[in-house]
Amino acid sequence: MQAAIEVQNLTKRYRNATINAVDGVSFSVEPGALFALLGPNGAGKTTTLSILTTTLTKTSGSVVISGHDIDREAKAVRRAIGVVFQQPSLDLNLTAEENVRLHAILYGLYPFRPAYKMMPLAYQQRIIELATVLGIEKELFKPIKTFSGGMRRKLEIIRDLLHHPKILFLDEPTTGLDPLSRKNLWEYLRHVRAAEHTTIFLTTHYLEEAENAERVCVINRGRIRALGTPATIKGDLVEEYLLLDAKDRRALRTELVHLAIDFSTQDDTPLRIALGRQSAPQIIQQIRTPLSLLTIHSPSLEEAYLEMVGREEVDGTLEIETPLPASIA
Amino acid sequence: MKHELNAILTIAYRDVTKFLRDRPRIVISFIFPMLFIGILGGSLQANLGQQAGFNFLAFVFTGVLAQVLFQSTASGVISLVEDREQDFSQAIFIAPVSRYSIITGKILGETLVSLAQAVGVVVFGLIVGTPLSFLQLLAFIPIAIIVCLLGGAFGILVLANLGTQRRANQVFPLVIFPQFFLAGVFNPITSLPLPLLILSRMAPLTYGVDLMRGVYYGLAPGPAAPVLHHPLTNLLVIALLFTVFLTIGTWLFVRNERNR
Repeated sequence: MQAAIEVQNLTKRYRNATINAVDGVSFSVEPGALFALLGPNGAGKTTTLSILTTTLTKTSGSVVISGHDIDREAKAVRRAIGVVFQQPSLDLNLTAEENVRLHAILYGLYPFRPAYKMMPLAYQQRIIELATVLGIEKELFKPIKTFSGGMRRKLEIIRDLLHHPKILFLDEPTTGLDPLSRKNLWEYLRHVRAAEHTTIFLTTHYLEEAENAERVCVINRGRIRALGTPATIKGDLVEEYLLLDAKDRRALRTELVHLAIDFSTQDDTPLRIALGRQSAPQIIQQIRTPLSLLTIHSPSLEEAYLEMVGREEVDGTLEIETPLPASIA
Repeated sequence: MKHELNAILTIAYRDVTKFLRDRPRIVISFIFPMLFIGILGGSLQANLGQQAGFNFLAFVFTGVLAQVLFQSTASGVISLVEDREQDFSQAIFIAPVSRYSIITGKILGETLVSLAQAVGVVVFGLIVGTPLSFLQLLAFIPIAIIVCLLGGAFGILVLANLGTQRRANQVFPLVIFPQFFLAGVFNPITSLPLPLLILSRMAPLTYGVDLMRGVYYGLAPGPAAPVLHHPLTNLLVIALLFTVFLTIGTWLFVRNERNR
């Protein structure tokens, strides 16, 4: 199957800049997938997104969106995508209906008419449907400035789905929203994915949002630091381990040695057993010494991310293949 | 083709609607023309009108009218860079619409906005007693549109050379305010020292103001104020400037817009 987004060796150096804002990035996104581009501020997320959405030229590399080359077939790319920008892209003095209407006409869905009542019936019906979905039947003809932040975001997304884009780009869509609005927005996006099979390309610095993605690409300083499912990224970066302790710690150590289970410990800390060859239940089943402590340490994406980004701040480079030094060892 | 036409109309419609909904902006857009015509035109007429031998109020009125049309359209077009980073303008740039349509729609929209402002200026001019015949008003309509188009093309040329909103805010006053004086909005520019004379003849607004005035005095009884050129000469120069500004400006804009 043809990839929704195919990026190869993408590089961008801004005019008069000495370093590359995006530096040799390659990835591909399957149709219908939720893909998250994760990174701290200034990592190159928005630059990448601007190039993919045809508003910025690249320096080198190739980008194919839904089968169209972004340089040669920019218009076809624009037709195939919807973009929700970081900054709201609504005119506050215009009504919700007007904002939607402008968009619909720009995408060639309907001819231009200066008033709602003069628009084709099909358009009017569609608008009423959308208003019902959003629950804004009453506010439809009121200026956007009276809407809440969460409401505006939802309206933008609905508007950007009007032309049935194959790919929806979301640039930090939940920044500035309260937790409830954020949750509602995600529920709505899940519904959209189920109903329209839209590919979603998300940039975010919220880890819990990336955790929902099928694939996560972590970038920092313009380079890819990790690429894969949230689970593999976590697995690659942070070791999963078991912490055990017993009143009779010496007996426990002896037993583990006897069972040929590797562990690490310092004089006065619980025993740490890396999980890899054996699963936690397999290990626990074998142990007869009464335990006083048993925790399974399963890393979150956040730990993996902080590990990556944080370590980079210290030594400037990062090799994901190298196992982490065990901090308690 | 039909799609592009719809897009042009939509972009223009948006500009006009935004202007009509923005009451503070409407009020502000009238303050300066009112001060210029009312105070400058009125007091000059009262104090110097007799010696000058022509109606100074009408002189300032025609100058300010052309200046409002030119400046408002130019600054409106330049706002394309200012709000590329916010509101609906962002969405315009990723829509499957030709860049030429965006520019055309923007010039059309800002021309309509400027004409709406000009109606206010004319009404105020009548209130303070500028002599205006029906024929003159009628002749102002095509002239006003021509001056707007010149301003719009000038705006594109400036816009194409500006990367950011900050730069636009710095540069725009610099290319607009000197033109007030070089073009003779309030002052006759018949005898200038050579360097200023050259600058004056280079300022695009000069030809807009002179055209407006030439048509006004051409249709007025009584003594005419000094104008520089025949209206047809002005028209020719404006047509030339418009073509050059628009062609170079659009070419640069399309080239620079994504290439940052």
